[in-house]
Amino acid sequence: MGNLKKNWPIVTLAVGILIGMVAPLALGLSAPGFYVEVLLGGLMAGVLYSLVALGFVLIFKASGVFNFAQGAMVLFAALAMARLAEWIPQWIGIDSRLVANSLAFLIAMALMVGFAWLVERLVLRHLVNQEGVVLLMATLGITYFIDGVGQTVWGSDIYEINLGLPKTPTLLADGLFQGGILINQEDLVAALVAGLLVLALALFFQKTPTGRALRAVADDHQAAQSIGIPLNRIWVIVWAVAGIVALVAGMIWGSKLGVQFSLSLVALKALPVVILGGLTSVPGAILGGLIIGVGEKFAEVFLGPILVKTFDLAGGGIENWFAYVLALLFLLVRPEGLFGEKHIDRV
Amino acid sequence: MSNRDRHIGDVLLKIENISLSFGGVKALTDVSFDVREHEVRAIIGPNGAGKSSMLNVINGVYTPQVGRITFRDADGKLLTFDHMNPRRAAEMGIARTFQSLALFKGMTVLDNIMTGRNLKMKSNIFLQAVRVGPALAEELQHRAFVEQIIDFLEIQAYRKTPVGRLPYGLQKRVDLGRALAMQPRLLLLDEPMAGMNVEEKEDMCRFILDVNDEFGTTIVLIEHDMSVVMDISDRVVVLDYGKKIGDGTPDEVRSNQAVIDAYLGVAH
Repeated sequence: MGNLKKNWPIVTLAVGILIGMVAPLALGLSAPGFYVEVLLGGLMAGVLYSLVALGFVLIFKASGVFNFAQGAMVLFAALAMARLAEWIPQWIGIDSRLVANSLAFLIAMALMVGFAWLVERLVLRHLVNQEGVVLLMATLGITYFIDGVGQTVWGSDIYEINLGLPKTPTLLADGLFQGGILINQEDLVAALVAGLLVLALALFFQKTPTGRALRAVADDHQAAQSIGIPLNRIWVIVWAVAGIVALVAGMIWGSKLGVQFSLSLVALKALPVVILGGLTSVPGAILGGLIIGVGEKFAEVFLGPILVKTFDLAGGGIENWFAYVLALLFLLVRPEGLFGEKHIDRV
Repeated sequence: MSNRDRHIGDVLLKIENISLSFGGVKALTDVSFDVREHEVRAIIGPNGAGKSSMLNVINGVYTPQVGRITFRDADGKLLTFDHMNPRRAAEMGIARTFQSLALFKGMTVLDNIMTGRNLKMKSNIFLQAVRVGPALAEELQHRAFVEQIIDFLEIQAYRKTPVGRLPYGLQKRVDLGRALAMQPRLLLLDEPMAGMNVEEKEDMCRFILDVNDEFGTTIVLIEHDMSVVMDISDRVVVLDYGKKIGDGTPDEVRSNQAVIDAYLGVAH
């Protein structure tokens, strides 16, 4: 009971979210089939938010750097992927989408690893033990630099990534709900890929010696050094992993919506996600992404019409601010997020 | 103790004329001493005497402005440096524990101690990732070694417990275990008994002596508790205000007037 007294804000918040989830059905605002469709659409967007947020969390945990460049990395990786897939068939004269996409993916991955190495070499190494704000400014610089260089190298139009996924909607569970559920097959594949990536990362972190070393560095720099874990190499590894995560996120998003500058803004959507989930928690990033993805879809689809009716508003646009309001609420009642560490002491 | 005297060998670590300052604050001034193979060497002194700074110099966390450090490597060659760095120190077989616990709190006891094997793991990251062939064999072999340490430190029951949940005395043991997993040739212990009750202190003393007896590990330890130091050390260095004021066997140090003055204060 004492626990409840102490944790009332978070309990209230959780109950609020739960009510928000159930209300559309309970109030009869939506047919069950439509409800499931909105839910899935939200989860789908959420998975992508999670991927970007994961990049933030990985780097923050291991090096204490809040990497503002994560969004720019997503854009850069997606641009590389899109353009290389376009150019490679011309270079090698093989006109196969599978070959082109695979090669483009591998080269883009190599580029992200090279980028990680450069960032460590040219930036992080020289800023060891600096204030967090200095490091944040450095990543802000990196953001604009790779935004610009990306356009110089790859061009600044809208490009497409064509993974050859079926875009036709499928009708599922026709018997279960009236009218069934319409699902985009591409979304299903994307969610599956994202899920597999998260699983692979979890295994890498939990089950391999390198993962163990990464977790060690995240917990205590000094102790990690004393047992011979080289911080510099660990930083290259996490930035490379974050780069690969950015590539996957950029690829999925790019194939859905096209690769263009606005892709780098997804990073701004990942900010509320990490606030919600906690900056130091990988499960937090995943769950936070899903909550925000579903939350904003629900707010847009179900809350929007109510606001329009009640206050006679124009409606719309809720999707744009909902995540930030939710994050603000979390900052007020639980600044460390759902799973973050309460005290972050760094020596 | 006479049993141990017979084993003590050549000089393993030589500290020569080390001076270390932070801005205008002099932490260490012209400190020299040596550590012989297989001995237990204590560094004592009042608060602020520079004991921890000395340990951080040996382990490479601090870079002294003046002085040299000579360390005998595994092949018996004497290597001289004007400063260490943590990575090189670890590679040469210097392990340490920390005064304020620096364990990996989110990780289990087993994982914490396994990190100590990091430098001994040679298979590359891709083999590790898929856990096949040599990488798997290597992991199992290191795991077996770590289990021996866990047995030695009598923490079998807590193998899978996140260290953050263990009581302080046990966390100190895990810290020691992580250092032991490196199979160090020189083990630096920064106040291994600070904040412990009598029983925990006795346990820790026993572990330190056992490590020294069974594995022949050379130990340098910092400690406040004089009685403990005098009981388990072969030789003692005394620091005061960053300067060495005494060096010798516990009996010699106990009867050294400068040491008595430093600890009890002296009328001016």
